[in-house]
Amino acid sequence: MLNLASLSLIGTGDLVMAQNTTALSKKPRRRLSQRQIEELVAYLFISPWVIGFLIFTVGAMLFSLGLSFFDTDLLSRTRFVGPGNYIALFQDPLFIKSLWVTSYYSLAVVPLGTIIALLIALMLNQKIVFQGTFRVIYYLPALVTGAAVAVLWTWVLNPDIGLLNGALMRLGIPRASLPRWFLSETWAVPSIILMSLWGTGANMLLYLAGLQSIPTQLYDAAKIDGANSFRLFWHVTLPMLSPTIFFNVVLNIIASYQVFTQAYLLTNGGPNNATLTMVMYLFRKAFQQFYFGYASAIAWILFAIILAFTLLVIRSSDAWVYYEGSRR
Amino acid sequence: MSQLASQQQVVKKASTYRISYILSQVALYTALILGAFIFILPLLWMLSSSVKPGYQVYAVPPEWIPDYFVWDGYIQPWSQFPMGTFYKNTIILVVLNTLGTLLSSSIVAFAFARMRFRGRDLLFVVVLSTLMLPPQVTLIPTYWFFARLGWVNTLTPLWVTAFFGAPFNIFLLRQYFMTIPLEMDEAARMDGCSWFDIYWRIMIPLSAPALGVVAVFSVTHWWNEFMGPLIYLNSQENFPLSLGLALLNSRNFNNVQATFAMTSIALIPMVVIFFIAQKLYIQGLVISGVKG
Repeated sequence: MLNLASLSLIGTGDLVMAQNTTALSKKPRRRLSQRQIEELVAYLFISPWVIGFLIFTVGAMLFSLGLSFFDTDLLSRTRFVGPGNYIALFQDPLFIKSLWVTSYYSLAVVPLGTIIALLIALMLNQKIVFQGTFRVIYYLPALVTGAAVAVLWTWVLNPDIGLLNGALMRLGIPRASLPRWFLSETWAVPSIILMSLWGTGANMLLYLAGLQSIPTQLYDAAKIDGANSFRLFWHVTLPMLSPTIFFNVVLNIIASYQVFTQAYLLTNGGPNNATLTMVMYLFRKAFQQFYFGYASAIAWILFAIILAFTLLVIRSSDAWVYYEGSRR
Repeated sequence: MSQLASQQQVVKKASTYRISYILSQVALYTALILGAFIFILPLLWMLSSSVKPGYQVYAVPPEWIPDYFVWDGYIQPWSQFPMGTFYKNTIILVVLNTLGTLLSSSIVAFAFARMRFRGRDLLFVVVLSTLMLPPQVTLIPTYWFFARLGWVNTLTPLWVTAFFGAPFNIFLLRQYFMTIPLEMDEAARMDGCSWFDIYWRIMIPLSAPALGVVAVFSVTHWWNEFMGPLIYLNSQENFPLSLGLALLNSRNFNNVQATFAMTSIALIPMVVIFFIAQKLYIQGLVISGVKG
């Protein structure tokens, strides 16, 4: 019986060995139980994550998926509506608008943020004086996230007394044609984009770290072969940096679709829902209007979009991400 | 004659090379300095506006140097709002979340990095794939769950989940643990160390940089966290700083200096941490991103 139990524990790969040990002596069996102890201890060690995963991920996901088929305020009103929420969502002009707003934001912020961060990192990676100081200056805004940055930018972008319009006036743009930023439907999303781009220093640091880990021999070899600086960038820097860019772009897409705090604090979704992002809409539906089923359906569509984009980028990565050696 | 010509050509080539080098350096520094100005300007403007007299704050176009200093913005909010309580709540959230994620994520990461158990690789893929899950999907059930426990309008739901390990931190710490030679564990095992001893007395002390990275990320995140507190908290005495600043900004339009002053003060700890932990930041990015 005992042997049978240990057999099933170690799996088929070790079958032959296990049979031998039972036939021979006690010593190897002690090694076996060591292995079992290791396994039990390992499960104990990962148990915080497993418990959290079961309750706060699997359990919550199932619950959320279930909720999305109900019309409920989680108190008195609970009515099964089947796929009703999803059907209603795609006929809800506000939800369609939130899809556009979020995609607009994401499509602008991810590429622009990547390019700006990459440019700054490339400049900082040259042999320059005060490199450390420049790095700190470019990174500082990234430390100011959440509420503080939004509070600050409500004033930077203030159409009348704000810093940005003041600067534009200095540049000679007449007062009447200055953008009204978050007070105008056209400029509201660009306002949030600008605000997010200001904090792109985190991406910059990542690229800088990536650039500094490229071996210099590669550049030396390319120079001997007569490569100019553009070719160095195109044939050495970019391929070597592509895994870092890839990793960062994936994380940025995921984060950009969850944009909330900026939209909430700067415009509260306005004017006329011009900055109603998906999470902003979810928040409104769930925690201000108590349509928890409807809000759960929004969450699942958000998840589907994020998943689709992430898989798309991962799929496309074979074509443009270069891994040194034969890794992956 | 021909030798001279070629010599001249070389000199000419060298001088055009030199000129283009100087030009590129000028362009580089111009771009760098201009960019740095754009990045730092809002912060400088905030500092200057926090001490400007009222008429200058509203001046169009903006005026930079205060005619005289007004320190009221740094004093008045403390009596008008429970600023001290906001700081206390933020510090509670920062400490408990950082402690929680350090303890739980490190022991989970240790098992994934150093121990053999069935399903390990599959489970690790599960850990990684949860990175893609937007927290909004689980937000409503989690809210319901904590509401059932009577934890709405307390800080508890905002830190308790930190003790169940965070996927990104598990990933980052595992990557770091993998770089420590396995012989360490084997030698310790020979000497009769338990697995917990190896984790607590060998791995943890050796992993100070990676743990520092996790701590720094957690501190900056929770210093700024907004959406969680917004959903769970509804009375001012439970507000952390992020909600407090938003409140100050929305209720205090006639005293802009106060908003600027309080925002400036709120940023100081983050700036200090960044200066102290600059190396850690970059190291953390290398562990997580570049080698990932």
